[in-house]
Amino acid sequence: MITLEKRAGPSKAWALVTPLVAVALTMIVGGILFAALGKNPFETIRTIFLDPLFSEFAWFYRPQLLIKGAPLVLIAIGLSFGFRAGVWNIGAEGQYIMGAICGAAVGLAFHPMESRLIFPLMVLAGAFGGWAWAMIPGVLRVKFGTNEILVSLMLVYVAEQLLASMALGAMRNPEGMGFPGSRNLAQYPSAANLELIKDSGMHWGVVAALIAVIFAYVTLSRHIFGFQVRLAGQSPRAANFAGVNPAGMILICLGISGALAGLAGLFEVAGPAGQISIDFNVGYGFTAIIVAFLGRLHPIGILLAGGLMALTYIGGEIAQSNLGLPGAAIQLLQGMLLFFLLAVDMLTNYRIKFGKGGTV
Amino acid sequence: MDLSSINPILLLASLMVAATPILLAAIGELIVERAGVLNLGVEGMMITGAVCGFVVAVSTGSPWLGFIGAAVGGAFLALLFGILTQYLLSNQVATGLALTLFGLGLSALIGQGYIGIKAPSFPDWHIPLLGDIPIIGPIVFQHDPMVYVGLILVAATWWFLHKTQGGLVLRAVGENHDAAHALGYKVTRIRILAIMFGGACAGLGGAYLSLVRVPQWTEGMTAGAGWIALAIVVFAGWKPWRLLLGAYLFGGMTVLQLNLQAAGLAIPVEYLSMSPYIATIVVLVIMSAGRAPRSLGRIFHASR
Amino acid sequence: MTLLSLQGLTKAYPGVVANDNVSFEIGRGEIHALLGENGAGKSTLVKTIYGLVNPDAGSMLLEGAAFAPPEPRAARKAGVAMVFQHFSLFDALNVAENIALGMENPPPLQDVAEQVREVSDQYGLPLDPSRVVGDLSAGERQRVEIIRCLLQDPKLLIMDEPTSVLTPQEVTILFETLRKLASEGTSILYISHKLEEIRALCDHATVLRMGHVVGECDPSQTSAREMAELMVGAVLQVPEKPDKPAGNVALTLTGLSAPAPHEFGTALRDISLTVRRGEVLGVGGVAGNGQDELVAALSGEMRVSSGMVRMGDDDIGHMPPNARRALGLCAAPEERNGHAAAPDMTLIENALLTGNVRKELSSRGFLKWDRARDFAAEIIEKFDVRTPSAGSTARSLSGGNLQKFVIGREILQDPDVLIINQPTWGVDASAAASIRQAILDLAVAGAAVILISQDLDELMEIADQFSALNEGRMSDPRPAKGLTIDEIGLMLGGSHDMEVSHVDA
Repeated sequence: MITLEKRAGPSKAWALVTPLVAVALTMIVGGILFAALGKNPFETIRTIFLDPLFSEFAWFYRPQLLIKGAPLVLIAIGLSFGFRAGVWNIGAEGQYIMGAICGAAVGLAFHPMESRLIFPLMVLAGAFGGWAWAMIPGVLRVKFGTNEILVSLMLVYVAEQLLASMALGAMRNPEGMGFPGSRNLAQYPSAANLELIKDSGMHWGVVAALIAVIFAYVTLSRHIFGFQVRLAGQSPRAANFAGVNPAGMILICLGISGALAGLAGLFEVAGPAGQISIDFNVGYGFTAIIVAFLGRLHPIGILLAGGLMALTYIGGEIAQSNLGLPGAAIQLLQGMLLFFLLAVDMLTNYRIKFGKGGTV
Repeated sequence: MDLSSINPILLLASLMVAATPILLAAIGELIVERAGVLNLGVEGMMITGAVCGFVVAVSTGSPWLGFIGAAVGGAFLALLFGILTQYLLSNQVATGLALTLFGLGLSALIGQGYIGIKAPSFPDWHIPLLGDIPIIGPIVFQHDPMVYVGLILVAATWWFLHKTQGGLVLRAVGENHDAAHALGYKVTRIRILAIMFGGACAGLGGAYLSLVRVPQWTEGMTAGAGWIALAIVVFAGWKPWRLLLGAYLFGGMTVLQLNLQAAGLAIPVEYLSMSPYIATIVVLVIMSAGRAPRSLGRIFHASR
Repeated sequence: MTLLSLQGLTKAYPGVVANDNVSFEIGRGEIHALLGENGAGKSTLVKTIYGLVNPDAGSMLLEGAAFAPPEPRAARKAGVAMVFQHFSLFDALNVAENIALGMENPPPLQDVAEQVREVSDQYGLPLDPSRVVGDLSAGERQRVEIIRCLLQDPKLLIMDEPTSVLTPQEVTILFETLRKLASEGTSILYISHKLEEIRALCDHATVLRMGHVVGECDPSQTSAREMAELMVGAVLQVPEKPDKPAGNVALTLTGLSAPAPHEFGTALRDISLTVRRGEVLGVGGVAGNGQDELVAALSGEMRVSSGMVRMGDDDIGHMPPNARRALGLCAAPEERNGHAAAPDMTLIENALLTGNVRKELSSRGFLKWDRARDFAAEIIEKFDVRTPSAGSTARSLSGGNLQKFVIGREILQDPDVLIINQPTWGVDASAAASIRQAILDLAVAGAAVILISQDLDELMEIADQFSALNEGRMSDPRPAKGLTIDEIGLMLGGSHDMEVSHVDA
């Protein structure tokens, strides 16, 4: 009989190894899946995980890595605070959309004026949009005890409808000949989030993501707020006893994650996406949840996990066009990765014992 | 705008149809949560059920077999959740989310070749005598069989929870798993069974969408119905009969906004489309009085 | 005649042998005491008899036949019933449902309710089967457990520390019930570390220490001191309590009232008292009568209206915990794991948990980890906390060691007012003695201490003033010296007749 025995403390070694084990298991089971779909498993795995970095066209894909990775890292860093504190914001997708809408609205309002102040204002508006959208579940939770998981998620659907309405109505490009979608902000110098170094993929969103990682690292390891976040998640009663205000903790955590998701949305709409359109959002807000867990809610881990997840996005696109792999298979692969991580995570907190069980 | 084009009888009748998928998924989740497990993967299990049901129904030509296939598919996915949370002791919130992401991917993959196909249809039952009653007949007694399956499930769940020893044990496990364990009940086994029942119900709910309500397969077709089912369980305060009320409330909202869209109301379509979600939030705010099972979402590990 | 015979039972857990070759016999109709300190292996032994633990070696005979229950169900079927130390009840279910859950093949609930009424009449244990268990008092909850067992018509009834939650009067009723049962032929295995109780009740006693049987005796013929020394294996030190006049008023409560913080909590009702420097106020009372709420209202976890709580001249009722700590009020709640300490955090982090303000472990919000580490090391050294390092998690410590850490953390912050709830619950005798001594030393140094405890001996040992909590009300403090057990019993029971079910909760 196999039994689990709780460790006296979480194992540091396993905490580092489990994400790697999860990635390896995902590759194995993913390979079997690809084989079942009639693809060469080794070629497919190589295409997804290695080609974006090392193939002859890697010069084209590497900048993409930053472009895809930045929003994931930015959002996941925000989510990690809440997830650590037991505040489950899973509506980052909605906050991302609202950040994009608010930021773009400021930019479009100034069109065609040129000023250095426009982009900073858009950044503020983007962060505000995401923050405000996250405050809805926050305030409802604090005032009425409403479940923030469900409210934040419902608001994703509301935000998607708002996005459609904006793209078709209020923000539609007056010179767009009736096509849905706003003016292209990337072609409006004062509002554009352009590459800081040509062909590097490095834009302001990447800078913001790196700052967020450093900020989160310092806060979690050196600041009393980081301590309180961890305490609130692990033992709410002890946190209350230590003087942590539970309502404040909920609002701050939701606020941080909302603002960062909003920022991610703004940087996306003003740069890589360029415009508000119906299909503007591609699920970064949901994938960021995987990134946050895969990175074990640790800032450095999230940075690495964000890179890995961006890799599967880009590699998935290559596999889609070169090998005819269905797009859904990539989505499945990402879900599987989170599954395996949760499954092997048990090893950090428990020891497996073989033999006669002690308890019935 | 032409509001007179809305037929109140048809509206109420389609309300029952619109409520059914959510009702089916919610009744399963209610049992799961009463057993003390929070499975946030309802959306993923629903969409997997939707695609499994569709594929089976198309290949066999039988909607009944389709629903059975959907229940099996949903239960299988739920079993994954059960193994992770009950044996590998993973966090239930995170695992539920993973299940949803996984289910969305899996269903899209399975359903690739089935887009644009029409499913074999379920004939509406015209219940003799009852179906002929004016007004009430068309509203209540002229539906497809699954509408009644949903209602029977609600009644059966209530009976099981409150009138049987099994239901008592299930509630006890959800209330205090340590005490239930001390009395010698198999907490993990009971929970796994509850989780699989929840998955099967969610699968039925999903298949109702793909086989009856829409009826065809499109990616992501559940569009948050699983999450709304979760919300309705909270709204219902974990009580079966109030679940019915919640599902009809939501079904009514959906049908009404669709009718208003069709009637050409001067409100943009997008705002009407978001109304069911907003209504769900409003309802959650007003009704958060219920008492959750005490062990809900907590990890159970039998130690010495 | 022997009912149950244990032969060489052995059970080892990683790092500890809980039972080592334990053998003894329980006679039919005998009240058999199992005596031992926390960690002596009593719980493991009874869990083995009840089928919750499978022994590594050894065997049992029940009525001469081999008895090795793989699970509690089998044990119950064989006629073994158990009343747990931590009640295994379901708050949201009613009495009849709770009892049905403990039965094999229970009849319909109406019939269960009927049986409950019968048995409760027969044994003088009044209980309404339709009430929700969460609303019951601790004594009534225990009755649910006992009746659940009695309905099984057990041959052997196991009682695990049954009196720790009862008033003296309730203990008397319980003992009468147990004697009646024994006279009808039911054997009772009675687990306790309260020696006087065992002397009053039991026919025979087996003493366990570190997993071994270290002695057997007839309790009525053996002095409490002899049994204590068998149990502890050493001569105990009684804390010293020097006579010292009390100083100025340190803490004043004026009409302290607060609603129940949650569904099954207790409201505080109009509590007024003063505590002086150098004084230990002992607060007795049965668990669930407002102890947790009183600690919360004093520590700042629960805010109350202004004017209700004063420290010297400062009105602190509205202040959060850290503001109160800054003024010199520290607290140690009852629940160590998850309330006073975070189980998954290291001792360093747990030192920071309450020590941040008074020990200046951070500046402008940035943590000084080296100072926190020093503080943790200081607690570990001065309070003899047995742990491999300050980096160990709180949950890796034994109950007694974690308790020493928690109490030490508060005392070393040099508070002017210290609130402690159940400082020695589940702590072995020598650790308990050192914790009590530390509390007395703090009072001698001039702090005011409120000590909440359900252990009357402990309160009599170190309190200067004694008061009792009953349904959120507090009796007027009286000097502890010279109080008789009957007077205390009356204070604990309050004025109401405890046989009457309380309507309000």
